[in-house]
Amino acid sequence: MKKIINDPNQVVTEMLDGVVAAYPDQIKRIPDTTVVTKKDAPVQNKVGIVSGGGSGHEPAHAGYIGKGMLDAAVAGEVFTSPTPDQVFEAIKAVDGGSGVLLVIKNYSGDVMNFEMAAEMAEAEGIDVAQVIVKDDVAIEERDGRRGVAGTIFVHKIAGAKAEAGASLEEVKAAAEKVIANVRSMGVALTPCIMPASGKPGFELDDDEMEIGIGIHGEPGTERKPLGSADDIAAELMDHILADMELAESDDVAVMVNGMGATPEMELQLVNRKVQAILQEKGINTHKTFVGEYMTSLEMAGCSVTLLKLDADMKELLDSPTTAPAF
Amino acid sequence: MKFTADLAIDWMTKANQKIQDNKDYLSSLDQAIGDGDHGINMARGFDAVMNKLGNNDYEQVADVWKESAMTLMSKVGGASGPLFGTALLKMSMAVKGEAEVDDKTFVEALEDALAGIKQRGKAEEGEKTMIDVWAPVVEKMNEAQTVEAGVLRDTAESAMEATKDIVATKGRAAYLKERSKGHLDPGSVSSYYLFAALAETLEGEG
Ligand SMILES: Nc1ncnc2c1ncn2[C@@H]1O[C@H](COP(=O)(O)OP(=O)(O)O)[C@@H](O)[C@H]1O
Ligand SMILES: [Mg+2]
Repeated sequence: MKKIINDPNQVVTEMLDGVVAAYPDQIKRIPDTTVVTKKDAPVQNKVGIVSGGGSGHEPAHAGYIGKGMLDAAVAGEVFTSPTPDQVFEAIKAVDGGSGVLLVIKNYSGDVMNFEMAAEMAEAEGIDVAQVIVKDDVAIEERDGRRGVAGTIFVHKIAGAKAEAGASLEEVKAAAEKVIANVRSMGVALTPCIMPASGKPGFELDDDEMEIGIGIHGEPGTERKPLGSADDIAAELMDHILADMELAESDDVAVMVNGMGATPEMELQLVNRKVQAILQEKGINTHKTFVGEYMTSLEMAGCSVTLLKLDADMKELLDSPTTAPAF
Repeated sequence: MKFTADLAIDWMTKANQKIQDNKDYLSSLDQAIGDGDHGINMARGFDAVMNKLGNNDYEQVADVWKESAMTLMSKVGGASGPLFGTALLKMSMAVKGEAEVDDKTFVEALEDALAGIKQRGKAEEGEKTMIDVWAPVVEKMNEAQTVEAGVLRDTAESAMEATKDIVATKGRAAYLKERSKGHLDPGSVSSYYLFAALAETLEGEG
């Protein structure tokens, strides 16, 4: 293992120190926790938005803290869901009297830990709503799907809705609408290595790629010889489009997300093909995001996300945010 | 049996030993069909439990279990943290107020623990999760209405081994579908360590 670290067991807490030090005017850490919040949290009479998950996905989730996006992010150990007490701390810290929305990615650990935190908060009289993101079309059954890069769009649109003064119910509905309309799929070229174990999470031959990989290296749909950028983009798009109802002149947002070790140059190659496919189908790209949004340590690979937009969602997506990673 | 707070601490101590000794093995099982962190998660949690238990005095079994439950819940994370935490919390609630827990109450506590795991994980037997060890153990203890060390260990061990043949439908291993077959379920193996440790505690007492 070759990593720039100090103590493998201190990676998460030291990373959070770094994040707070990078944006001291915007972000603060709740002492003795792995929770970071907006500097001015709680914002009175605004629905608070809390997200989080295992670490190793930077800039998720702390990078999405800011006006118009998240109020708090809870960091678990690398690839491990944060615990209920930490999520509960985050909820308490951002509740400005209008309730709190939890954005959860669909993994059994995340769902259980966040649910327990919600129960703890409800017992203290805080209004909590939850949404579960499941955008990864590599899994056939919808309810079993993992939450991956599409989560960023949920953060953005729910955050903008909350900023606009909507109620908890309305913010939740906006988040659910994104979840219903967002689809992603990824590919990996090389595995990632968890600092605590020092071992690659899976193995891939030099000339192989895995289509449909998860952001923790969970298996995909197919392992096969490495294809060209165009082939990879076309294959991911095939799966995504097959799962969406998109008609000519529909509007979408596009995200081409790097998994950690893929240069932006390659991501742009993928984006080029993604846009060409959309154009061919007469689908209108409203906005494109290319870069690292939801990584998987030093995995090489990328994911493509499409979000079908209506007028409301466009406005919320376009509204300003101060979140450093968006 | 007369299960006391001291025995409850002894159980956790022995369980911790097994988890620490097998940390890498548990992670490698999770690497095959999950994300490779199970041993790390459990070792971190039990390490914290030992720290807590070593620094406080406990009069009742319920207090030991509650402290252990809350510590696991706040230190393990992932799927196994809430589940083992819930199991011990339910057990502690079932024996609240009793200085010495008899067989009948102990069996009831295990039943509550199983019900708690199922409810929290929204899972049933046969989905290749820790439930596949907890359920047969509870069933066996319930039939006998006694907690006998040998039976406990054997039941847990064969149930753990049987998870190899199951296709996962819950947890991360479910992503593998058919390919999850042929691998032990990591959470079932750590559950086996828990019951094997309990068996040793009971043998030491007898
Ligand atoms: N829904 C569930 N119900 C019961 N047990 C589960 C469930 N999901 C996962 N498990 C158990 O948790 C174990 C994995 O724990 P761990 O690796 O620590 O968490 P994670 O899967 O979040 O990485 C599995 O081997 C399985 O026994
Ligand atoms: Mg795991």
